[in-house]
Amino acid sequence: MQMSAVAESKAGFKEGLRAGISIAVGYLPVALTFGLLAKTTGLTVIEAVLMSVLVFAGAAQYISLSLIAGGAGAAIIIFNTFIVNIRHFLMSASLNEKMEPETRLKKAVYAFGLTDETFTVIATKEGKSTTGFAFGVMLIAYGSWVINTGIGHLIGASLPSFLQQAMSIALYAMFIGLLVPSAKKDLKVVYLAGLAAALNSLFVLTGLLNTGWAIAAASLLSAVVVEAAGWLRKGAGLL
Amino acid sequence: MSMIWIIVGMAIVTYIPRVLPLTILEGKELPPFLQGVLKNIPYAVLGALIFPGILLIQPENILFGVIGAAAAFLLAAIGADVMLVVLGSIVVLSVYMLIG
Repeated sequence: MQMSAVAESKAGFKEGLRAGISIAVGYLPVALTFGLLAKTTGLTVIEAVLMSVLVFAGAAQYISLSLIAGGAGAAIIIFNTFIVNIRHFLMSASLNEKMEPETRLKKAVYAFGLTDETFTVIATKEGKSTTGFAFGVMLIAYGSWVINTGIGHLIGASLPSFLQQAMSIALYAMFIGLLVPSAKKDLKVVYLAGLAAALNSLFVLTGLLNTGWAIAAASLLSAVVVEAAGWLRKGAGLL
Repeated sequence: MSMIWIIVGMAIVTYIPRVLPLTILEGKELPPFLQGVLKNIPYAVLGALIFPGILLIQPENILFGVIGAAAAFLLAAIGADVMLVVLGSIVVLSVYMLIG
């Protein structure tokens, strides 16, 4: 018997919650520190939590704090936020190829939850990703981000120093945990990740591009080059 | 009050790049080459998110990132699931921090 659409979507949601736990763990130290920094920058707990609730973008939120501390005006802060987050344009377009067909309204809702981390988890799942799965991953990540921002501000302290430092590996470890199984199965994944890693290192270490743009440029360039190489080989095979 | 408006402004400009492609491209069939590129993006993004960031977690001590990266790659290579890779790497670096 076929599962009803509702039951299927519920199962996808639960699976998403599970898949998102590693993001929630990874966001914990980052959000605690954000809450703490927001406090020392002079934001009230309401303002700090509101920023995490409405913006939900780690790098941009950290940058906004240093700009606020430096006395920058609203226009500068908002412009910088846009520049840092423009890479999500690319991820949103890529995610669109991965997601099951859905109403634009629901897609507009879950688009809010797109971060580097939720994107990588949802986009590297095998097969198509369902709307329920996306909501599950995003909800648990979002919950961790918002709640730990509040805790960081209220308690005014982070984790014990050794743990805070050790946990800074969490999101990187998650990316590695997502990449390696696919890389084992498909050499193309190794080329894609390797080329993007090399290009991003070049852009960042030479100071050519700032982090947000470097990630977008390196990923796009790598994806185009590897795709073109594949097409050329296919074309050569036909001759 | 002005802080609230800064936050609202940040929220709007962050949402725009997230929402436009997902909604505008819904139901659209892109040219095959472009589809291929977009399907490649997640793996390229993973590479760019890992390097060089992981090596620069503690810019004054590259070894910290190297140990964390080695632990994560090793755990993932032997087939540990993502959560185990995350927790295992944290444990390895906790031990390094406590005895190092």
